[in-house]
Parts: sequence; structure tokens; C-alpha cells
Amino acid sequence: MAGLILRNVAKSYEATKVIESIDLEIKDGEFVVFVGPSGCGKSTLLRMIAGLEEISSGTITIGDQIVNEVAPAKRGVSMVFQTYALYPHMTVYKNMAFGLKQAKTPKDEIDQRVRNAAEILEISSLLDRTPKALSGGQRQRVAIGRAIVREPEVFLFDEPLSNLDAALRVQTRIEIARLHERLGTTMIYVTHDQVEAMTLADKIVVLRDGNIEQIGSPIELYRNPSNMFVAQFIGSPKMNFFDSDDLTDAGRALINSRADILGIRPEHFIVVPTGSGVIQGKPNLVEPLGEYALVHCETVRGSPFIVKTTDPENIKKGSVMSFDVDPAVTHRFDQLSQGRIV
Amino acid sequence: MVAVVNKSTFSKVFWPVLAWTVAIVFFFPIFWMVLTSFKTDADAVKPEHLIVFTPTLENYLNMIENYDFWRFAKNSVITSLFATTFTLFVGVPAAYAMAFNPSRHTKDILIWMLSTKMLPAAAVLYPMTFLTKNILGLFDTHFLIIIVLSLINLPIVIWMLFTYFKEIPKEIIEAGKMDGVSIWGEIKDIVLPLAWGGLASTALLCFIFCWNEAYWTVRLTTIDAATLSKLIEGNRAPEGLFFGRLSAVSTAAVGPIVVLGWFCQKQLVQGLTFGAVK
Ligand SMILES: Nc1ncnc2c1ncn2[C@@H]1O[C@H](COP(=O)(O)OP(=O)(O)OP(=O)(O)O)[C@@H](O)[C@H]1O
Ligand SMILES: [Mg+2]
Repeated sequence: MAGLILRNVAKSYEATKVIESIDLEIKDGEFVVFVGPSGCGKSTLLRMIAGLEEISSGTITIGDQIVNEVAPAKRGVSMVFQTYALYPHMTVYKNMAFGLKQAKTPKDEIDQRVRNAAEILEISSLLDRTPKALSGGQRQRVAIGRAIVREPEVFLFDEPLSNLDAALRVQTRIEIARLHERLGTTMIYVTHDQVEAMTLADKIVVLRDGNIEQIGSPIELYRNPSNMFVAQFIGSPKMNFFDSDDLTDAGRALINSRADILGIRPEHFIVVPTGSGVIQGKPNLVEPLGEYALVHCETVRGSPFIVKTTDPENIKKGSVMSFDVDPAVTHRFDQLSQGRIV
Repeated sequence: MVAVVNKSTFSKVFWPVLAWTVAIVFFFPIFWMVLTSFKTDADAVKPEHLIVFTPTLENYLNMIENYDFWRFAKNSVITSLFATTFTLFVGVPAAYAMAFNPSRHTKDILIWMLSTKMLPAAAVLYPMTFLTKNILGLFDTHFLIIIVLSLINLPIVIWMLFTYFKEIPKEIIEAGKMDGVSIWGEIKDIVLPLAWGGLASTALLCFIFCWNEAYWTVRLTTIDAATLSKLIEGNRAPEGLFFGRLSAVSTAAVGPIVVLGWFCQKQLVQGLTFGAVK
């Protein structure tokens, strides 16, 4: 088992900088999730750790070894690919045994490790099939099994759930969490799904345009996002932003000339009698989701915002309503720098 | 519903008819050649014996007795086999490198290789003959024919293999890297098994091209390395055309290839339509 240290890691393809300069420490046994919008460099960063992509500058340390020049298989990492990347012409057993065979592991040890991993993943009955004869979910398990048998120091996952349907995604997510608990191995997981990030991570790394925007535990990022990008990226539906023209006098009292943006999460609104509260808005669409409803509103000025409420019966579509919020859960930002003002 | 039924009846009739027509048009010359090979040289040119004639093995016996057929056949087998092997031996690593470790110049190299096929062979006939005869002393040797056949086919073979290799998802190769496979193991255990159909059809096509090659094999050989193409050419004798004999020689030359193609049909079709089906 091992931790990782990234120092000034950068990557460019010819003239384009894809990863700017990343400093990151990952503790032994930690579950770290890289999130960010498409194209922000998550996969590239992961592949640099895996050794599939050369790094343009900086150092990557796994355990106590600088691995910049070390071949992928010698880094003690296993990777689960988004497309599974199973060997189509080999049985499940051979798929899982292939890496161990390359490492000249004794035959009976290979057998024991493969069967052990198959047991954990409940694919023991599939060992003789080829990937073609498996469902998407089963393929995913085999891909994870192939990673497990090598007993790596670090697991790398690149959007492993994105090819599964919604129900299977939730189930597999839980299994990955269990696996981490059971093995206690360091895991790095790439996703653009913030729900996956929130539920799995000990530590989330939010990336944008090849830069780290913020590093923290899920709850830290939710409670104290360091800028407007993270504030909107973590949490669903995303945080609403208002400037002084949107707010009532009571709302304006919460901001000032420097901290000129007020951020309120949809779940923090409280419906209050018209005329009071921090903001007024006209609901124009209600999406009932059973347990709660999402109310799409417009401020007097026409800026859209979303309110999450557990009793949609109180919502009067088309008429102006007032909403309040506990000032303790609001966020203030500087529009110019996009940063959070405490 | 009605329209669907009509359409399927239409295609049930139309496509087989078209397929058979095309097949017959292509097959007819071969059929004629085989037929003619069983006629005497005299019968062969007489219209009244077009279909009705007394079959004879005279041409074949004559070919084997007087023309040393087996030597030509042996030369064809040797040169085609070695040339195909050598071509693949060079082509597989070349295509592998370009498919999986492309550089900025890979496209240019591919185009350049193909462009060598645009050079008319006749343009280099004299230098080739002069060079091999007077300087290298390789004229009429198996070695020369093998090299020439290999070089002729290498661009096509590399192109074909390159396309087949390109079909293999990059991630599978990367998974192999993560599993610690060596370059040789990667080719042997991952790339070749996955491109097997493509490799087989490439090899087969290359062999057929080698076997049928006539321009250089006829011009760069006299006796020692002369192939069946040379034998066919030789029967276009100055005394006039002996159609019966010519047909027998041609049939004997084409026969093995047709049989080989027949047996490898499945491989060929699978290989040639690999991308389309996937
Ligand atoms: N070989 C390459 N040459 C040039 N640019 C590349 C290359 N590979 C990736 N990029 C660029 O690097 C950036 C980051 O790509 P990357 O695949 O890491 O994004 P990502 O965060 O994983 O996105 P996604 O969520 O869509 O998978 C993208 O803008 C991409 O266009
Ligand atoms: Mg990606």
C-alpha cells in the first residue's frame, strides 16, 4: 500500500497545456475522486499516474519511489478503464490471470488469486466465458477483478460506471465503496458525476481547465466551496447566485460592495409570507420528484433560480412568492475574482 | 405491412439474381479456359467445337512431359511462399508501429509507401534488368524474385495490416501495458489474435498477388527461377497460338490458387469485412 505525491506535474501536447501545474498529496488508503467538467484533464492526470501518458514536467511519487521513468506495470498501480478494455479473445479467467502471468507468478498462486477475486466480485461462475458472452455489469466486474488480482498499491478508475444503466450504476458504486473498505487500498477515481464523487470520496479534487480548483472532503466542498465554480459544481441542483438587483432589502443586507454575490443552495430556501425574506420570485414550473419537488422560479428581474421544497402544495405558480434563508448557510462571493469571501 | 412484404420479396429475387449474374460474368472466362484446356489445339479455334468436342488430356500430358511443369510450379510455390512470409515479417512490425505509436509523420509515410505503387513498372524495367544482370548478378535467382515480389506487395500489405490494427481499441493495448506485457508479447498475445482474420486475408491476398505476378517474374527470369507465369508466357509461342496448350498451362497455374481461395473463403470474407460488421 502506498500514498502518492504529485509535484508541479504538468502536461502539454505540443503548444496546448492540458495540465497546468498540479500539486497533490494522497494518503495511503485514501479514496480520492477527481471531478470536473468534460475536457478538464481528469483522464489525462490519471493516465499520467498510470504511466500511460508521459509527463511534461514535475514528479510523481508512489510510495517512496519517483515513478516518472517507471513502466506502468512496475508502478504498483492497476487501472479500470471506462470501456473495460477486456481482452476479447480470452476467457474471464485468462483476462484476470494475464497480468500475473506476465509477472511470472507461480501457477497455483495465480489460480488462487483469480478465484479469490472472482469470489469477492461474485463472478466465479463466469470464469470460462469470453467477454462477448457477458452483460455490461459483468464485464465491469471482470475489469475490476483484473485490477484486484494484481494486488496493486493504488487502484485507478476512469469513469468506470459511465457505461452502465442507472440502477446498475448505483449498485456498482456501492460495491466499489465496499471493496475499498475491504481492501483498504488507495483508490483514485475519475468521474464527472458529482453524486459519485460525493458518495465515494474521502477527498475530492475539483479540476477545471487543467488546474485544481479545490481539494477537500465532500462535506467541506459542500459547506465551504472556495469559489463560484466549485459552489456550482458540487451539490445538485446547483447553487443559485444572486446579485443586489435580485435581492430584497433583507437579502442585500447579507452582501456588500466586495462580497457582491449571494449564493443559496436550492435546499436551503424557506417559504415565507409574501413581502418578507431575502428574495422574491415567481414560480413557473414545478418538477415533483415524490420526496421533494424542484420549483423553477424567476426573480423580479428575470434571473432564474431553483427552490427545492418538500411541500409543493404551498407553491402558487405564476404569483410572486417570498423565500428566506438562514444566513449561516449562505455563501458570499466576489464577482470579479469569483472567489468566496468569508 | 404490404410494402414491407413486397420489398422483401423483391430483394429475395433481386439480390440473388444480381449475385449470380456477376458471378457468372466473372466465372465465364475461367470456365472457358478450363474447357479449352481439354481440347486439341486444332479444336480450340474451331467455332463448331465451341461446346461439343471430344475431351482430351493431351495438353496436360504434353505440358508435364515436355515443359518441365513441376519445376515451374515448384518455383512459384517457393517464391510466393517466401515472399509472403518475408512481407508479413516486415509488414507486421511496420504496421504495428504506425498503428499504435503513430508520430506526426505516420500519415505521410503511409501515403509515400502507396505512392511507390504509382510508379509504372515499365519505367524501371531497364535499370532493374541492368542492375540485377550486370552488377548484382542476381538475375534469374529465387532470391531476386522473392525480394522483388516482397517489395511490390509490401505497401499494400502494410496498408491492410495498418487498417486492421487500427480497429483494435487503444485501451486494450493500454490494458496490456498495465499488465506488464512486453512488446513481443503484446504483438503475439493481443494484437495478432485480435487481428487474426485480417492477418489471414492479408497473407492470402499477398500470396495470390505473388503467385499471379507476371511482369517481373517473366522479365527477370530465364530458367532457374522461372515461375508458372513464365511458363504461360512461354506458350504464347512465336509459331502461333496454341490455345489448348495455353489453356492447360493456365488452368494448372490458376488451379491451386482457386482451391486455396475456396478453402480460405471464410477467413477472406471475415477479414475483408471485419470493419464493416463490427
Ligand atoms: N493526444 C492529445 N492531443 C491533444 N490534445 C489532447 C490529447 N489528448 C487529450 N487532449 C486534450 O486534453 C484535454 C483533457 O482531456 P481529458 O481526456 O483528460 O479530459 P477529461 O477531463 O477526462 O474529459 P472527459 O470527462 O470528457 O473524459 C482535452 O481538452 C483534450 O482535448
Ligand atoms: Mg476522461
